Amino acid sequence: MAETTHAIRCEKITKIFGSVVANDQIDLDVRYGEILALLGENGSGKTTLMNMISGIYHPDGGTIYVDGKPASIQSPLDAQNLGIGMIHQHFKLVNIFSAMENIELGTPGKKLPRKILKQNVLELCEKYGLETDPEKPIHAMSVSEKQTVEILKVLYRGARILILDEPTAVLTPQETEKLFAILRQMRKIGCAVIIITHKLNEVLSISDRVAILRKGKSYGTVNTAEVDVSALTELMVGHAVTLEIDRPTPQEPQDILKLVDLTVRRNDGSIALDDINFTIRSGEILGVAGIAGSGQKELCETIAGLIAPSQGAILYKKENLAGKTPRELIDMGISMSFVPEDRLGMGLVAGMGMTDNMLLKSYTHNKGPFIDRAPSRALAESLIEKLGIVTSGVEAPVRLMSGGNVQKVLLGREIESNPHLLITAYPVRGLDINSSYQVYELLNEQKKKGVAVVYIGEDLDVLLQLCDRILVMCHGRITGIVDAKTITKEQIGLMMTGATAEEVMEYGK
Amino acid sequence: MENKKKEPLLRVVKHAELSRGQTLLLRLLAVVQALIVGGLFIALIGYNPFEIYGTMISGCFRSAMAFQATIKFCIPMCISALGVTLAFKMKFWNIGGEGQLIMGAIFASFFALFCSDMPHYLLLLVMFIAGFVGGGLWGLIPAVCREKWGTNETLFTLMLNYIALYTISFLRDGPWRDPQAAGFNKIARFDPNATLDKVFGIQAGWIIMLVLVVLVAVYLKKTKQGYEIGVVGESRDTARYAGINVKRVVLRTMFLSGGIAGIAGMVQATGSDITLSTGVAGGVGFTGIIIAWLAQLSPAVSLLISFAFSILVKGSSVVQSTYGLSTDCADVLQGIILFFIMAMEFFIRYKIVFRGHAEKTPIAASKKKEEDEA
Repeated sequence: MAETTHAIRCEKITKIFGSVVANDQIDLDVRYGEILALLGENGSGKTTLMNMISGIYHPDGGTIYVDGKPASIQSPLDAQNLGIGMIHQHFKLVNIFSAMENIELGTPGKKLPRKILKQNVLELCEKYGLETDPEKPIHAMSVSEKQTVEILKVLYRGARILILDEPTAVLTPQETEKLFAILRQMRKIGCAVIIITHKLNEVLSISDRVAILRKGKSYGTVNTAEVDVSALTELMVGHAVTLEIDRPTPQEPQDILKLVDLTVRRNDGSIALDDINFTIRSGEILGVAGIAGSGQKELCETIAGLIAPSQGAILYKKENLAGKTPRELIDMGISMSFVPEDRLGMGLVAGMGMTDNMLLKSYTHNKGPFIDRAPSRALAESLIEKLGIVTSGVEAPVRLMSGGNVQKVLLGREIESNPHLLITAYPVRGLDINSSYQVYELLNEQKKKGVAVVYIGEDLDVLLQLCDRILVMCHGRITGIVDAKTITKEQIGLMMTGATAEEVMEYGK
Repeated sequence: MENKKKEPLLRVVKHAELSRGQTLLLRLLAVVQALIVGGLFIALIGYNPFEIYGTMISGCFRSAMAFQATIKFCIPMCISALGVTLAFKMKFWNIGGEGQLIMGAIFASFFALFCSDMPHYLLLLVMFIAGFVGGGLWGLIPAVCREKWGTNETLFTLMLNYIALYTISFLRDGPWRDPQAAGFNKIARFDPNATLDKVFGIQAGWIIMLVLVVLVAVYLKKTKQGYEIGVVGESRDTARYAGINVKRVVLRTMFLSGGIAGIAGMVQATGSDITLSTGVAGGVGFTGIIIAWLAQLSPAVSLLISFAFSILVKGSSVVQSTYGLSTDCADVLQGIILFFIMAMEFFIRYKIVFRGHAEKTPIAASKKKEEDEA
């Protein structure tokens, strides 16, 4: 009898990619009128499992029951017909179409007259408490507006089972609250909602139950009311973890790099950084917060010499670095390290082993036309030992390594060059909790050595705990530089959407 | 609901990364399969495949002269494979080996035709450099255009092949026409002073080939420039990040790539043909691409595969004279071998799972995993 109330029940679902068992006999169930959080570290198999439910992959073993009946889901269309809708991490929308055109796109039947379509969309919005302007084109929308359209898209197709893959990763705290209100409304109406996330606070605030995956296996389901953050972490990681990040007091910070009136344009001519001014100090971690695409990437790459600014100066000991290429910076003797966001596409050579990746920054040191691999091999071996890197050997291609190990290779190489300035873009993205804490420790070590560290981050909780100052960006402008010890998450959230530091302080009172 | 538990009839599944040995075994298996299917083809047109294959092999090794002729085929194939290897390592899809080879031959022929009174070894050296520069410049053109205006190098290099080919026709029918030629226009035979010497009865190009194999291997593996090629090929962003001047690397590498193909042209014209004709390349530039690709861009393996291909070419010409079977059959056989090896690449990475057979895999895999953990 209980069977029938299950919206989805997975029984011993198994999926294998090559030699990796992504899902190993996973059991999972979700009922109508319930929000289930699917919790697990990166690489624990959450997305794989959901992709099988939504028809993108086919399981290698096990059965999926929808409404209590075994279902054959061979394509996203099958999933749609079963009332399953997935909202992916990366939106799948046509930029030049309006919201309602995107919503109608791909639905069977004749194209509806605009008036009726608009009416339908608005009715749907009202039912679920969503807000959207059906006529607004996607390219003019903010990230959270686009997400709303994605949700409407699946609801319009009659989905009663919704899967959201890390929906809050790109949202400000305020937008997250709004999304949660919508999800609660869906629960009230009787939908089944599965939300994938690894932010524990969100799990506690939104879900009824939590299913935990670890290394491709299911570790049971718990009622949210019965757990707290540390219990969830333990379930997720497998052992108790201290969740505190150290913040040593900066020792005599000194100005090391000064950005003056810096303006940077993207290739298409649009403005990425708009007249920004700030100072980077030694012995201090400067956090950079902002919605994805607010100019963080361009900021890093401009300082690292990969992009030439159209205006302004970057002053390092009174010398202007703006417009210098990376090679010129090295030749000037400026020891700057940059850990880019795209580790395998920019920081490392994916198809080469650790030795050759160590060579990347130092191969020119050797005189003559030949390269000397011996020092690089020694460096690679010492990094393996020092940072506990897991690899089958120093010559094994780094693309075969796990995300955490790849990051250790990159960060290790950059730190070994004894930089004065270390720029890190999303250094813990995709890393498990243990590796993340190892990275924080490494950064703190550098800080204690007097290195100026810039930390571009996305998790505000981490920024608040790790950094000394936080620079908040919005649309390529700096909305404020604040003291991380006194600011709140909500205040940063407001600054990320355009409020200035002064306004936010006012609001705080 | 009519939804029964059903899975697709066939599914493609990625399997574990294979070891080097397993990969090699699969590739050899592909060659064997190709020979079998090729044999079926030969049987189908009414010949005994064993006899044909036997004649091919014996035709290449039955005498010193036969063996020398086989090597003669091998030389231009291997050198042009080395040329494209450099470009391919950089993921610059240079399919203009044919044109670069022709340009090298044209540049070298100029000195052979008009400066033949120079001292012999000086003349050879000048022709060698001319061949290298000619091919190199022809390779540089598409590289400059791509770096400057983002043109497509594949189409560009392909088109340049035809320009190079018809340049020979122009020279043959115009300025370089042999006045003594009766009937058909042709370019004069080179003066003996302007021909490559023979070593062990084979034109000296084979020494150049062997030296180039070693040079290219060392260049790619041991030098800074070779390392830069690898980095640029993997990711231009990474190269920029590391302070590599990407543009310079691309231009330099394409000059070298074309230059090596040009050497193949010089060697073919002055060593084997002793004249310049439109058949100087004869598709060798394209065969070189296939060889480099099959060798996975390893110079040493390229040498081996070139030799295997030259057996095929020489063998089929013997088969033609013995059985009257057209040499085009060798092309068919080449095509079949390629087809099988390319297809095998798919099976090196994926496997196909039939309906109902999926259950076995997870259990086997999880068992293996347990063993590993134990």
